Amino acid sequence: MSPTTPNPPEGYDVSRENMLDFKVDDQLLEVVETDAKNFILTTVDEVFNWARLSSIWPVTFGLACCAIEMMATSATRYDIDRFGAGAFRATPRQADLMIVSGTVTAKMAKRLKLIYDQMPEPKWVIAMGSCAIGGGPYFKYGYHVVKGVDFIVPVDVYVPGCPPRPEVLLEGLMRLQDKIRGRKGKFRAPKWVTDYAKKIPYRK
Amino acid sequence: MTDDVKITNRGWESQDHASEMKSELLELNMGPQHPATHGVLRLLLQTDGEIVYKVTPVVGYLHRCTEKIAEGVDYKQWIVYTDRFDYLAPVTNNHAYVTAVEKLADLAVPERAEHLRIVTAELSRIASHLIALATFGLDMGAWTPLLYCFREREEILNLLERIAGGRMLYNYMVPGGVRYDVPKDNWVADVLEFVTMLENKKLPDYNTLLTYNKIFIERTSDVGIISKETAFDYGCTGPVLRGSGVKFDCRRDDPYSLYDRFDFEIPVGMGEMGTVGDCWDRYIVRVREIEQSCRIIRQALETLPEGPYGTLELKKPVKVPAGAAYSRTEAAKGEMGHYIIADGGAKPFRNKVRSCSFCNLQVVEKVGVGLMVSDLVALVGSLDIVLGEIDR
Repeated sequence: MSPTTPNPPEGYDVSRENMLDFKVDDQLLEVVETDAKNFILTTVDEVFNWARLSSIWPVTFGLACCAIEMMATSATRYDIDRFGAGAFRATPRQADLMIVSGTVTAKMAKRLKLIYDQMPEPKWVIAMGSCAIGGGPYFKYGYHVVKGVDFIVPVDVYVPGCPPRPEVLLEGLMRLQDKIRGRKGKFRAPKWVTDYAKKIPYRK
Repeated sequence: MTDDVKITNRGWESQDHASEMKSELLELNMGPQHPATHGVLRLLLQTDGEIVYKVTPVVGYLHRCTEKIAEGVDYKQWIVYTDRFDYLAPVTNNHAYVTAVEKLADLAVPERAEHLRIVTAELSRIASHLIALATFGLDMGAWTPLLYCFREREEILNLLERIAGGRMLYNYMVPGGVRYDVPKDNWVADVLEFVTMLENKKLPDYNTLLTYNKIFIERTSDVGIISKETAFDYGCTGPVLRGSGVKFDCRRDDPYSLYDRFDFEIPVGMGEMGTVGDCWDRYIVRVREIEQSCRIIRQALETLPEGPYGTLELKKPVKVPAGAAYSRTEAAKGEMGHYIIADGGAKPFRNKVRSCSFCNLQVVEKVGVGLMVSDLVALVGSLDIVLGEIDR
């Protein structure tokens, strides 16, 4: 049994799917149609964001226990290089992601801000571990612990755990990539597409 | 200005112009964000060109108030904080603390629990030493050993996760025993298989890859020599002390747990590639300690007795009478001590930690003088410090 073509929901104009909002002159349209495989129509923003998310360079900035898990993420088994984020730079001036991996103390907070300020725009921050998110186990009696790194720098993605497993850090990285791509949260296909996919016999 | 610097470096004599040239001392900050300082250590250097004239370690960037927290939580709750001292070998830290509590509360520990403690602690020690080799190689410019060492470390983490439930920080030991028994899925056989594999295949790999690599030997032999007297003066323990040729190990000289039942040797630095107490000696001591840990694990698992794995109910708090107790154990980085003063209540009155990395780091002040800056990196890497333990 071969799968049937999906029925789009009401109000969804299939004919407008590949249409452009502006009028293309006939000559260009002819070129596009005859040589259709060689053209990609996109926006500059989309291309730039795609380039940015495909090669995020983190700064080498380990604070505490989570730094070991960050090293494990970049090492053999988990291999963060698969996501293009494996080039750990020794200087913040060449980096665009800061993974705050560990407890931020009052003495370190000033240096952390300095490192963040040295990074060129655009830049992103991942708060890794419960200490960086909100003080973690040192919340109640930790007189020297900053209760969350978002008091100091703006945070894009929070990765919970004490310490988070490398898989979780990779998940956080992928959510950051979604954010850079311009989508909030996890990307999901439209419902009618997923419903259709379920009907295909070999996908269960 | 540089006349009173003791000439200890090989590079110094060849620079015959150095004494004639007028030079100014340069203030240089190494860290707290620096790839070669193993965390957030800050070294305040005064350099004369490339030669270090004075080095001052500045600590406190990871001070997490753990000793103060001990006064606010009860005896069992504080075990999770001991995990976070030396986060590379958390189980060895648990061991130091629970033995102190057991001394105070006069608790007996079943033999099976002692065996499990020793097995997990030695596995943890191997994991810590693997990281030490990896990062030391990384400091010397070798990237590949890191990938090899992390591969074996992941295996150890898997084994410990199966018995203790966590990936990196376990909270495994409790006063009077351990938290979980051996899992039923062939865990003992897997550990024995891993240990055999590590001894027979992986350690020779590291040796050919890094230990006897000519570039590595050139970088580390005769560099940063810690003499026996200096090591005693600064209170160095662990591989740093043994690298200087002193045969001291708490597991043998002040036996705790059941270590006196097992047969193992204590490797010391012998100056095979240079002088006794150089960076290469401290490195090779760690490699040989991995072998000895494998021996201990094998003996402990082959004689694993049946019986209970804990004496107390896990959910009840420990009752500790008033008094004070000190216990010292051999953690992965050196001698770990806990001094607990109890006032008879649910929480301790004071808990002082004697951490090994803190004492080991101080020696940089003396030994680092006269080295080149790149050799200082070798010295700090060979000390194998962990900042979570220094600042606590």
